Parts: sequence; C-alpha cells; structure tokens
Amino acid sequence: MKALDETDVHTYVDGGLPESAKAELDARLRAHPEDAERVRAYTEQNALLRSLYNPVLDEPVPAALLAVHPRAWRRYAVAAGTFALGIGLGWLVRGEFVTQIVVPVSIARLAATAHAVYAPEVRHPVEVSAKEEDHLVGWLSKRLGTTLKAPKLAPLGYELVGGRLLSGPQGPVAQFMYQDARGQRLTLYVSRQRGEPRDTAFRFSQEDRVSVFYWVDGNYGYALSGEMKRDQLLQVAEVVYKQLNP
Amino acid sequence: MDRRLIIEHIPRLRRYARALVGDRYVADDLVQDTLERAWNKFYLWRPGSDLRAWLFTIMHNVFVNQARRRRYEIEQAMDELPAVAVRATQGEQLELQDVDRVLRSLPSDQREVVLLVAVEQLTYEQVSRALGIPIGTVMSRLSRARERMRQLLGGQPVTSLKVVK
Repeated sequence: MKALDETDVHTYVDGGLPESAKAELDARLRAHPEDAERVRAYTEQNALLRSLYNPVLDEPVPAALLAVHPRAWRRYAVAAGTFALGIGLGWLVRGEFVTQIVVPVSIARLAATAHAVYAPEVRHPVEVSAKEEDHLVGWLSKRLGTTLKAPKLAPLGYELVGGRLLSGPQGPVAQFMYQDARGQRLTLYVSRQRGEPRDTAFRFSQEDRVSVFYWVDGNYGYALSGEMKRDQLLQVAEVVYKQLNP
Repeated sequence: MDRRLIIEHIPRLRRYARALVGDRYVADDLVQDTLERAWNKFYLWRPGSDLRAWLFTIMHNVFVNQARRRRYEIEQAMDELPAVAVRATQGEQLELQDVDRVLRSLPSDQREVVLLVAVEQLTYEQVSRALGIPIGTVMSRLSRARERMRQLLGGQPVTSLKVVK
C-alpha cells in the first residue's frame, strides 16, 4: 500500500477531494486510526477557527474604514496630477476619473508594443546606430522638440544599440534600444504627453511578457520596457530615472 | 469604478486581519492601510480577475512590510512564546481562547496560510497566488501549521465550543 498523500489529507479536510478519491481515502483512514485522528483534529481546527473569527463579519464596519476611499481618491488625483486645475472631486466621482489613469497606462502599453515589435529585430533593430550617437540624439531631440539624452547604462551591462523615430498618438516618439552581452534588450520610449505639464510617480505595468516602468516628467512621458522580471528591470529603471532627473 | 466592489470585501478583510494580528485596533489599521493601497493601485487590478484574492495579496504585502518595519509587539511577543501544549482547563475542556493562543504561537507565514485556507476558505491555488508562493510551499506551511496546532492543543477533542465575543 502506498503512503498516504499529505496533500490528499488536507484537500479532504478542506472539502476539495472528488467523491471517488474521498471514498478511497475514507477506506484508508479506517485502516489507519492515527491518520483518521489527524483528519479529525484538522477538521475540528477549521471549525474552531471559523467560530472564533466569523463573528467579526457581523460587526459594524468602523466608519474610518468606509471613509478610506475618498481620501485615497483625492490623493490619487494629486499623484496623477492630470489636468490638475479645474477638476472638482464631483467630476471624479462621476466616473470620468478613468481618463486620468488612461493617460499614463497607455504610454506603458504603447511602449510595450513598440518594444515587442522592434526588440526581436535582428537586422534592423534601430534606424540610427549607436556609432552615430550624437547625430541620433540630436535628430530625435529636434523631432520631439526637446533636449533628449540617451542614458548611460554600460555600468549595468547594457550598451546603446541605437534608436529610431516612431509615431504615437501625440506625434513623434523616440525609442532608444539597449542590449547586454547576452543579447537581452531594453527600450526606452519617450513621447510628448497631452495636456498640462505634470510629473507622476514612477509606475510599473506588466504588458503580457513585457515589463514596463514609466513616468511623466513635464510634457514628456518615459517608459522603459524589457522582457524580464520586475525587480531586474527596476534596477535599470532607477538608474535611467536618476540620469534623466538629476 | 464602483466603490462598492471593494467595500463589500471589508468585513472579510477585517476578519482575516483580526485573526492574523489578534488585536482589534492593530487589525483595523492593517485593513485601513490595505484599503488605501488598494484604492491607489486599483488601476492595476484587472477587471474580471479575483478581486478578493487581489485584496488579500495587498494585505499580505502591507502586513509583511509593517511587520518588518515596525515589528508588531504582539507579533514579537507571540513568536517568542515557547511551544508548550495548552493545558486543558476547566474540566478537560479546551476553549476557543486556547485555540486563539495556539494560533498566535504559529510563525506568521504559517498562520497566514492556515487562516486563508480554514477561515477564508480560499483554494490552495488562490492562497499560492495571494501570498506569491509556490503551491508546494502552501502545502508544507499548511501541514506544519496544522500539525503544530494539533500538538499544542494536546490532540484532544474540544468538547465545548464556548463562543467568545
């Protein structure tokens, strides 16, 4: 007879075992009183813990907890800072606050899409290579109407591959591409943002397999994308952020 | 966004927090921090996915961070309790207070798992996602927690359920 499966024991106690497996286990428990005792004790623990804590469900919820949302909303509105002037809370509550979050989220999605399109490119990953870095940065700066900077990521093992001009909802977009020794690629997406200048916090978004850290600084949105784990990308994103926001 | 979506989960978040930290006020603070964080991060929640599991994930993160940062006094005191069996009092009957005391003597990672399974009745899969740990870890923590509780409760049947307030 094979040993009792520990997972089955717990699944049995928690009521998740299918009928057939349950009958089989019942039979085994009859033959093994010490296991039967364990099952009895665990089942009892469930019942005891529920009787101990279920009464909390019937307590009135403290007003302080119900009041959490408006404060958080206001704080979120400040953090997002979109259309900072002239927007009342009433406007938010009507549900239109969705536009506030669509703006920063969409840059993450656009950046992730652009990353997914160009990062796997073998022969033409960029339009202008890093050999002509000054020209690249000058050209993209001119097209975006601001002074761009390609962050230096060599200390982290990422060399600039080059960059390209893309089109986005607000016009021209710059994409810088980096690569490490193993061919792992990162892209930095820079685009003009709609509306009043504002600054947002550093945010994270997972767009399918592409992780994106993004933020808005004044009139420009920045997004760093890579097919890697959040924490790994975060190390690079922090360096990029610091270099662009000295 | 309909705020009722989150509000309807508050009683269960309170139940879990109370069971997790013991003290009523500390528990409600934990719920409050969780709710604030949930509102601020609501745009990260994917509609259609399990909101309750997502809220438990946030509560878990807040709990772990707070425990690390401030170290709940209760948490500390309880973790240092020696693992002695609870003596049956009053005519060999265990009471719910004993169960609570035993629960508190568990390491918090085991306590989280046993409460999510036993009280919140999440599936092992949901617990694994909520706590961000592999399912094998869920099972081993659950197993250790239950066995330790069984030993501390002396393995004897609890014959009377005296419901405490």
